[in-house]
Amino acid sequence: MKADPKGVLTGTHFLDGDHACCEGALAAGCRVAFGYPITPSTEVVERIASRLPEVGGVFLQMEDEIASSIAIQGAVWGGARSMTVSSGPGISLMMEHVGLAAMTETPCVFVNVQRGGPSTGLPTLPGQADMMQARWGSHGDYEIIAIAPNSPQECFDLAIHAFNLAERFRVPVMFMMDESVGHMTEKVVIPPPDAIEIEPRRFTQEPPEKYLPFAAGPDLVPPMAPIGKGYRFHVTGLTHDERGYPVMSAEAQEKLVHRLVDKIRTRADEIERSQEFMTEDAEVLLVAYGITSRVVQRTLQLARQKGIKAGLFRPVVVWPFPGKRLRELARKAKAVVVVELNYGQMVLEVERAVCGAAPVRLVPHGGGALHDPEQVLKVVEEVAR
Amino acid sequence: MKQRVELKIGGFGGQGVILAGMIMGRGAAIHDGLDATLTQSFGPEARGGACSAQVVLSPDRNLYPCVSHPDILVVMSQPAYDKFIGEVKPGALLLYEESLVKPEPLPPGVKAYGIPATQLAEELGRRMVLNIVMVGFLAALTDAVSLEAVKKALAESVPKGTEKLNLDAFQKGFEYGRKLVAQKK
Repeated sequence: MKADPKGVLTGTHFLDGDHACCEGALAAGCRVAFGYPITPSTEVVERIASRLPEVGGVFLQMEDEIASSIAIQGAVWGGARSMTVSSGPGISLMMEHVGLAAMTETPCVFVNVQRGGPSTGLPTLPGQADMMQARWGSHGDYEIIAIAPNSPQECFDLAIHAFNLAERFRVPVMFMMDESVGHMTEKVVIPPPDAIEIEPRRFTQEPPEKYLPFAAGPDLVPPMAPIGKGYRFHVTGLTHDERGYPVMSAEAQEKLVHRLVDKIRTRADEIERSQEFMTEDAEVLLVAYGITSRVVQRTLQLARQKGIKAGLFRPVVVWPFPGKRLRELARKAKAVVVVELNYGQMVLEVERAVCGAAPVRLVPHGGGALHDPEQVLKVVEEVAR
Repeated sequence: MKQRVELKIGGFGGQGVILAGMIMGRGAAIHDGLDATLTQSFGPEARGGACSAQVVLSPDRNLYPCVSHPDILVVMSQPAYDKFIGEVKPGALLLYEESLVKPEPLPPGVKAYGIPATQLAEELGRRMVLNIVMVGFLAALTDAVSLEAVKKALAESVPKGTEKLNLDAFQKGFEYGRKLVAQKK
């Protein structure tokens, strides 16, 4: 399906990441958004609040983040594409409803423009310390998808991808920006609507009397029911059967929650996305995502000037983690160096994926600023010896 | 443009530092076909605190987004000068508002040009266009972004209805800069 031209601001723009993310959401067909402004995500809220009415949509500023994150799910069940936007402190409040969206298989997008934490931390400064929260910040077993853009152009392109993946897998997608990417301004090219692919919502082919809202086929993702067409269904956060009604048993739990996990885990190959720079002959493999994947470009350049064969592996979709490809690269490397704006989160997943194929070194940073590429270079030089 | 140019603009919050960076970046990215990355830093207070805009201009895709050693530094306040002058590259270009900034001590090799931008802005009746006078001055002293591109970006970046005032301010700064260059030659 092609994008609805109404939401697509075709042309070449000079936009910051927050504004570009908003335009991506509109191009993806998002027509309802709820939120509660918080730095550094406020510009997304400002823009979507002014743009949605122009395209026949609705934005409502709610009383808080808890209300915002549940309201979007009402909008989705009512037939819309919807998202909410926040930063760490707000995302923590929304976590209850990330779990609800996972359990009820509600396709929606949570934009997190990360800042330094924990708690209210550093409102105006960058961090990448919500990566583990994005995966399992809500209680219970579930899988989500998370994406980490590194430029305003990607905030646009990958916001569309986020909505598409949400629809295809019926999961909440965590859009993991950070203050630097959100407040960085660059050229953003918005293509014509017929060049933008939109994943249509998949509706049931069954008649209303035969429709089972949580019965999935081999792809493990049940089709939804069109609203207002006579389909009746029940949606609950309690463990439920294929009809959507609560069933309190280990058997029902096994059937439902296993599928929720497996629909992502067994189809991870379809979802994973990564980028590589100079990995063909890399002896030192840098691993970085989001803004940090651009900071270490400088390290890469400096290392190559010094004759060190360094390369970069960048997870674009961070959850599910592109571990298979990373392991292949690590087997050929002398060492793996993980650079992230936290004291060690994705490095745990890197270690798990590399599985001893090469030693893994972390270059941590508490956030509030970006890494100094020359400091990272020192570590690269050390491990290259 | 053959290679990466790092531009830093500093001043007080409220002086239009970010807008000045926005105009240069937009001119380069949209009208000159260059790659441009604008980043900014400001204190928690919106007005009065130290604030800066960093623009990286590059002939090809600029992946490293930060300004570490500016080739060009534009300052509109003394604290901005004091804070940023130590970062510039050897031989960098320094542009400063001469009634607000005393460029001392000046690192050896830095080419410094002052302009009474506040006074020039006041002659137009609006002191607030001081930042645009500085942009004109910058356009006269560097060809990192073409004159046409900066002018187009300026008209697109300022509030509707203020285009003429801003283009006049730009022109004042530009002419002052051109005269200064001619004198030095």
